[in-house]
Amino acid sequence: MDGPALGQPSAPPGVVTLMRTLSPRYLFILIATLAPLSAGALTPDEARHLLVRTGFDASPDAVTKLAPLTWERAVQQVLNTAHEQPLTAAPTWINDLPPDPRQIKELDDEARKQIQKQTRERAVELKTWWYREMLNTDSPLTEHMTLFWHNHFTSSMRKVKWPAYLYRQNLLLRRYALGNYRDLLHTVAHDPAMLVYLDGQQNRREKPNENFARELLELFTLGEGHYTERDIKEAARAFTGWMVDRRTGEFQMNARQHDGGEKNFLGRRGKIGGDEVIEIILEQPRAAEFIVQKLWREFVSDKPDPQEIDRLATLLRNNRYEMRPLMQALLTSPAFRDPANRGALVKSPVELLVGTARQLQIPVAEPFNLARAGIRLGQDVFDPPNVKGWPGGQTWITSNTLLARRQILEQMLRGAEMGTTRKSGTMTASMNDVGDMDKLKPLLLPLEPVNPPTKDQGTQRLRSWILDPVYQLK
Amino acid sequence: MNRRDFLGMAGTGVTCLLAPRWLQAAMAPAWGRVLVLVELQGGNDGLNTVVPYRDSRYYELRPRLAIARDKVLPLSDQIGFNPALEPLMSAWQSKELALILGVGYPQPNRSHFRSIEIWETASDSEETLQQGWLARLFAQTPPPADYTAHGVVLGGAAGPLMGDASHIVVQNAEQFVQQGKRLTASQTVSHNAALDHMLRVQQETIHAASTLQDRLAATPTLEKEFPKTPIGQQLAAAARLLGARVPVVAIKVSHGGFDTHVNQRGTHDRLLGELATSLAAFREAVVKQNRWNEVLVLTYSEFGRRAGENGSNGTDHGTAAPHFALGGRVRGGFYGQQPSLTQLSEGDLIHRVDFRSVYATVGKRFLGTPMDFLGQSHPPLDFVA
Repeated sequence: MDGPALGQPSAPPGVVTLMRTLSPRYLFILIATLAPLSAGALTPDEARHLLVRTGFDASPDAVTKLAPLTWERAVQQVLNTAHEQPLTAAPTWINDLPPDPRQIKELDDEARKQIQKQTRERAVELKTWWYREMLNTDSPLTEHMTLFWHNHFTSSMRKVKWPAYLYRQNLLLRRYALGNYRDLLHTVAHDPAMLVYLDGQQNRREKPNENFARELLELFTLGEGHYTERDIKEAARAFTGWMVDRRTGEFQMNARQHDGGEKNFLGRRGKIGGDEVIEIILEQPRAAEFIVQKLWREFVSDKPDPQEIDRLATLLRNNRYEMRPLMQALLTSPAFRDPANRGALVKSPVELLVGTARQLQIPVAEPFNLARAGIRLGQDVFDPPNVKGWPGGQTWITSNTLLARRQILEQMLRGAEMGTTRKSGTMTASMNDVGDMDKLKPLLLPLEPVNPPTKDQGTQRLRSWILDPVYQLK
Repeated sequence: MNRRDFLGMAGTGVTCLLAPRWLQAAMAPAWGRVLVLVELQGGNDGLNTVVPYRDSRYYELRPRLAIARDKVLPLSDQIGFNPALEPLMSAWQSKELALILGVGYPQPNRSHFRSIEIWETASDSEETLQQGWLARLFAQTPPPADYTAHGVVLGGAAGPLMGDASHIVVQNAEQFVQQGKRLTASQTVSHNAALDHMLRVQQETIHAASTLQDRLAATPTLEKEFPKTPIGQQLAAAARLLGARVPVVAIKVSHGGFDTHVNQRGTHDRLLGELATSLAAFREAVVKQNRWNEVLVLTYSEFGRRAGENGSNGTDHGTAAPHFALGGRVRGGFYGQQPSLTQLSEGDLIHRVDFRSVYATVGKRFLGTPMDFLGQSHPPLDFVA
């Protein structure tokens, strides 16, 4: 297990230096492009809810596109944006193999330090790469789901120590993000980063290592109380010999290290291997319930409704673990649409940072500074605090992160306003021309603001909304 | 009393009037004393921390991981310290360090997350509670209303303070004050639970920042150099709060990385060394502040590790382990009993002391609080004078 969730104390990140302008035109366009509503269409409030819950922000463009649709069609449209490949160009080193540990032992201190330095730099590049993708993607849902799976099938740089493996894991997670859960689970179990993270390399016939088997049952598929200590030991035996081939960087089945003997797992007896363990798990009704509950907490509310979980889990099983029908049903469920659930969840640091940059169209020259801000707020992507991932929800907000969130949002706003000072008079004028600034509000806030209303127009009012606690809810 | 009441009552001084008569009749709580909790995150390997160096079973169980007999720092003719703990020898010799041996609980759970929850809420193995054990203590015996907060979290999760205990999470006290001063509250409650949580944290932050400000300003920064490790810096921050006499009951720090499944020796020795040097620096600084008699440092961890080593030069999740109590009021020596290495339960140590007896000692002997919420079956130990 790794260290505490919060990042090291650090100087305020230089977000300001990276954000250039909040175009005065932006506010104008934002308001002008909001289409008039037709009957039965999505209100701006509903469109924001769907967009922010499944992505990062509610751009006027996206709201306008959803506005004429029924809820059913709007959800379909959001799901149809998903793609399996990232848009951002990959770092150059993604196929490099980690150095042989025996060779590392023979290196002198200087050479060893050089490798460590390179690894650190690549970790920065990798985090930059993902933030860039999140900032620029035309499918925020793909990123949201990839982040969800990253927080479910966790692996961390601290343990894996080879950024290329984590890059490849990220590709895997996004390829299956809205694909088939069974395929995802099987592929994750063969994934090099996962094998290193949960000690597959050490799982040998003579001395099984239980780390992967335990977390597979406890955190990935069934949850506590749905298996015994004995099942863990048997599953660990079934996965013995599942390793990364250091010569290829790919999965290999090391037959010499595999225990092919009889096992007794979740009531089934036989010469069970790792693949069979996963299949037996997926036969348990609990497997579908478990993942549906987690998706409910991510997308709907922190109080799963048992009847609905039951309905959705059955649907997932009947669709042979296909994710799309499940997500369509989840996002059209009465609970998801219930106005009482608007603003019921706290935005994660990534959602807050990427969402604000996208919402305000702030050009981010150096995405790693957003990653650094994320660390301060308790979410270091590719480095979850431990195998359980970020606990999320209300735990995102402590006195420490509350202050840091405010400070970072202020910096983003200041950065956003930079370069507009000369024209600010013009902007205010254009605002007044357009008229009601309050049209903006439902795109930013899920509830009425709690800070006192400001009489100012334009950027001052925008500022007071962004700094309102309600803006940090979704 | 919940966190909101605590804030609402700040400065009104009505606490004593509201205290039930039985409480007034009992010993008065010793507010002014500070409990410093050190979480050893990941499950600390007890057998390589406090080593049964005369027991040949230990060397049989751990052919590659055992600490050589001649390297152990003897504390008795049976057990001794991992040599990395040398910086704690002086506290041991001056009887300010108690070693509580074989601490655990019945029906041990080997999940990190579940087991730390059991430790932090003081629940039974099968029982799930929402409130941390300190939150439960403060609900029964509320600290003075003008306190900065019930607890300060300098590392890791709120853990024992989880729930209704008012607590602040701080990395740098000066920055905290500076930023906290700028917050304004226009609304303090909401029926939306997420928003209500944010508003509540905001209120606590405003309150804490205002009480911290003057005290920190009036206190010179630490002279003592602390190790530049995360645990060293957290304990430095704790010493700073103690030096400034910031009124809180508990301070929590966290030392991570104890989940040593693979190649344990180097990592574990380093972690123990970091812990020991940081605690030694902390002791020196707090003695100098004349507050050592008001401070109790207590370690805890979700579990110990298996008695035998695994196939990866490491150890897997286990059960009982020793814990440290350190401070001016501590009666140094051994408490509990070293678990047997021949009588194991499926390869695991059998606990000798329930961790709730340790908490009962902290409450009854150190903080002067009745601890009724723990039930009757956890008598206190004698490690606090």
